[in-house]
Amino acid sequence: MQDLSANPKFISIEGISRRYPKSGGGTTTIFEDLWFSMRKGEFACVIGHSGCGKTTVLNILNGLDAPDDGAAIVDGRAIEGPSLDRAVIFQGHSLLPWRTVLGNVAYAVAARHRDWPRAKVQAHAMAFIEKVGLKGSELKKPSELSGGMKQRVGIARALSIEPKMMLMDEPFSALDALTRGTLQDEVRRICLETGQTAFMITHDVDEAIYLADRIVLMTNGPQAMVAEIVENPLPRNRVRTEIHHHPDYYAIRNHLIDFLVFRSKTFKDAIPAGYDRRHPPVVRPAASGSTAPSGSRAA
Amino acid sequence: MTISPNLRASVLSLTILLVFLAAWQIATLGGSGPASNIDPEYAKLMGQQVTQGKSAMPGPLDVAKTIWGHLKDPFYDKGPNDKGLGIQLAYSLGRVLLGYALAVLLAIPLGFLIGMSPLISKALDPFIQVLKPISPLAWMPLALYTIKDSGISAIFVIFICSVWPMLLNTAFGVSAVRKEWLNVARTLEVGPVRRAFTVILPAAAPTILTGMRISIGIAWLVIVAAEMLVGGTGIGYFVWNEWNNLSITNVIVAIFVIGVMGMLLDQTLARFQRAVTYPD
Repeated sequence: MQDLSANPKFISIEGISRRYPKSGGGTTTIFEDLWFSMRKGEFACVIGHSGCGKTTVLNILNGLDAPDDGAAIVDGRAIEGPSLDRAVIFQGHSLLPWRTVLGNVAYAVAARHRDWPRAKVQAHAMAFIEKVGLKGSELKKPSELSGGMKQRVGIARALSIEPKMMLMDEPFSALDALTRGTLQDEVRRICLETGQTAFMITHDVDEAIYLADRIVLMTNGPQAMVAEIVENPLPRNRVRTEIHHHPDYYAIRNHLIDFLVFRSKTFKDAIPAGYDRRHPPVVRPAASGSTAPSGSRAA
Repeated sequence: MTISPNLRASVLSLTILLVFLAAWQIATLGGSGPASNIDPEYAKLMGQQVTQGKSAMPGPLDVAKTIWGHLKDPFYDKGPNDKGLGIQLAYSLGRVLLGYALAVLLAIPLGFLIGMSPLISKALDPFIQVLKPISPLAWMPLALYTIKDSGISAIFVIFICSVWPMLLNTAFGVSAVRKEWLNVARTLEVGPVRRAFTVILPAAAPTILTGMRISIGIAWLVIVAAEMLVGGTGIGYFVWNEWNNLSITNVIVAIFVIGVMGMLLDQTLARFQRAVTYPD
């Protein structure tokens, strides 16, 4: 096998479908024949309206759910259930409230390294608690923490098992704007430092632009599909407080918002010629000559 | 004007107690002189209390004196019908704790199973619904017939009455564990057994302890009735025996002791409950 960093399909979602039985008989197809892939070390965001199956895709990736058709492949192996290789940061912080901060992180570390002695587990957990800036609060219970601190613990817990990839389900949606900003900075810093592969669901267009290398656009459900994949034109060393001055910033932002407001609804009815489910079109919006279809639809 | 609410409550409690004791004392002071229009046969049968016009109901001072007497020598044993209050209480407590322990051993694992498996929950539901409302004492004849030992029968009755609240609360607590906590454990590849002990048990512990607290209360209620039926030893038997002796004083003492003991049992479990409760 070749070098993994060069593998364009470190994560590969291949033709997955998910259907639920309807209450009055028959089935509802959430999404069908979905394809896309991610490189190692890449940060991908999925954007789409509620009900398009974003969370289902994430749950298939973390192994809590299974596709009805197709397969999700990570590092050359099909996903068959949850794995410590894929850490999840949940929407609600989902910390165990009877454990302290240290206890919550150590629980994950002990699950990863079953043979480690207690002291080693705790030292390892403490290192990650420090990494998210919670040193001094390690003996507090989650109920004594603010929303942002709880989510930091969730991040520390996910990082502490040193996974091959991180899966995040709208991790910052319940936080205030200021806290969200600092946590986005931390997640970006940590992912860049450690070369972490990350897959995040979000509703927040600015969050996607700041964090993601590529943004997957999903149409409305049922029968949701990947409309296109947007490449982020902003430089990799972007700074959150300055990105809105970048010439390409409004190109990508308008493109994403156009999609959420109009095209997510209409895409299915007017599928562009040459659209291939296996290879959704890749778009790179830029200030000068965007390849995106735009303008006319917003009128 | 900075008296703490606790102190004020204590003062009020004490006042209520004193008023109650005073009312009791006044109510039992008795009539005026010997009763005259009583059938002499009946008077002979009933003794001084009736003929002298003194109420058979003892006053608080009589009861206090008797309590003091029992406290001085709680463990004497002068044959089957005259044992110290401490011995009787110990018998009752032993039966309750034994029956209760057996109930814990059955109810908590079974409750776990019911809570985790919707199939078992549905399958066992009709049995539980029918068995739960049966008065525990209704089992007594059946227990006496099959077990052929009155002591063990009493323990069985305690077992059967304390099983239900624990069973139902455990099942409810286990089935209501938040899915996100279970998902955390699943994504960390924590196995089912470890998951049961590290996630489900601590998450359901407050609910389980609530069930255990209800159960110990019911068990303590039932033991008195059971021992009245079974006889021989125990605080319930003591009450019935003293009623047959027409010693209302001792009956009142026993009632008081039953209350205090029940409170202690409840408080013990309340302490455990506080220890496992987590703020959400």
